[in-house]
This record gives sequence, structure tokens and C-alpha cells, in this order.
Amino acid sequence: MVNKNITGAHYGLKDWLVQRVTAVVMALYTIIFSVVYFVTCPQDYFAWSYLFQSQWMRILTLLFFLSLFWHAWIGVRDIYMDYIKSTALRLGLQVITILVLIVYAVWMIQILWSV
Amino acid sequence: MNTKPRPKHLDLTKIRLPLPGFVSILHRISGFGMFLMIGVILGILALSLESPQGYERAGELLTSWLGKFLLLGLIWAFSHHFIAGIRFLLLDLHVGAELAAARKSSALVLMLSLALTVLAGVLIW
Repeated sequence: MVNKNITGAHYGLKDWLVQRVTAVVMALYTIIFSVVYFVTCPQDYFAWSYLFQSQWMRILTLLFFLSLFWHAWIGVRDIYMDYIKSTALRLGLQVITILVLIVYAVWMIQILWSV
Repeated sequence: MNTKPRPKHLDLTKIRLPLPGFVSILHRISGFGMFLMIGVILGILALSLESPQGYERAGELLTSWLGKFLLLGLIWAFSHHFIAGIRFLLLDLHVGAELAAARKSSALVLMLSLALTVLAGVLIW
């Protein structure tokens, strides 16, 4: 009999791999955004908001943030699993973290598509 | 039977982390710190993209004393997390996994992230 924990890591390779794939996506976006920023060098609101008016920039930025939220979820969950001994508290924190990250994702879509 | 008393030290104040361990715990701390700041970052981004007035206001917030302090902290956290992350990816690929190389690369991570933070600090102030 294996004692599985309800707030565990699902004992698989998936999360480990997702954390690395999302890290690479974010690193590539950081490089692309830095190049775009330093080439265009936006100095006012119009130049700054113009950056986010092209569809590909919106999609890449959203991809970055979704990767960030997924990456943050795995990292924060690992931290909770290592340091929070009480199952009830750990489950509570995990649920709050997931809900907050979902709200951030919806908010991010709203920010990007209302520019 | 000659058994040593165990555990030797599990007292956090007595454990001396080797350099790679130090990079690892800072990776965790920087990651958690950035996680806590996501809401603030999204708020500033939303404000800056909302209107010319919002853009001005976001600029004021970022150049306030607290704003600069948080920004500098975020720049350190991002630099450390980014560079240490690349080191971890290389270790996953068995690049530089030998003890001497791993020690050297962890010292490099600490120095590069601090150097970037100092450079950003000079540019911000």
C-alpha cells in the first residue's frame, strides 16, 4: 500500500518537465522583448502602448504570462510541500494560489486586449 | 558497533551551506518573492497601458522611493532566478555537473546577478 498525499506532486515527470519548458519559453520571451524594447525605445504612452497593439506581441506576451503562472504554481507548490507541515493549511494555500493565478490570467488577457 | 550520534546538525543556524546550496536556496527565495509581486507588476502594467495619465502615474510610482527599492529587489530576483535557472538547465543536461565546475558556476551566478543589480541601480538612480 502506497500512502499518497492529497496535496502531493502527482509523483510524475510532467511537472518537472513543465517547469523547464515554461522556463525556456520565458527566457526566449525575455530576450525577444528586450530586443523590441531597446530597438523601439518607447518614450511616451503612445509608443509604449503601440508595442502591445500588434496581435503577435499580445499572443507572445500572453504566452509568457501563462508560462509564468504555470511555472510559479509548480515552484510555489514545491515550497508549500517542503515547509508547510499541516495538510489543511497546505491545501488551503494551494487552493488560494491556484485561484489567484487564474484571476491573474484572466486579468492579463483583459489588459492585453484592451490596449 | 560504533554508531555516530545522528542527526549531526539539523539546526539551521549551524548548517553551513556550500556555494551551490546557497545559489539553490536563493533561487527559491527569489522565485517566491517574485510570485508575491506578480499582482503589483500586473497592476503597474495595466495602469501604464490604460491611458496617457495612467502611464504618467505608473512612471511616478516606479520612480518613487519605494518603487525604486522594489524595482531593484525585483531586478536582483529576476537576474538571480534567470541566471541560476540557466545553470540548473545545464546541470540537467549534465553540463558542468562536476564538483569543481559546479562551485565555479555557482560563484559566477552570484557575481553576475549582483553585478546586473548594481548596474541597474546606477541606471535607476
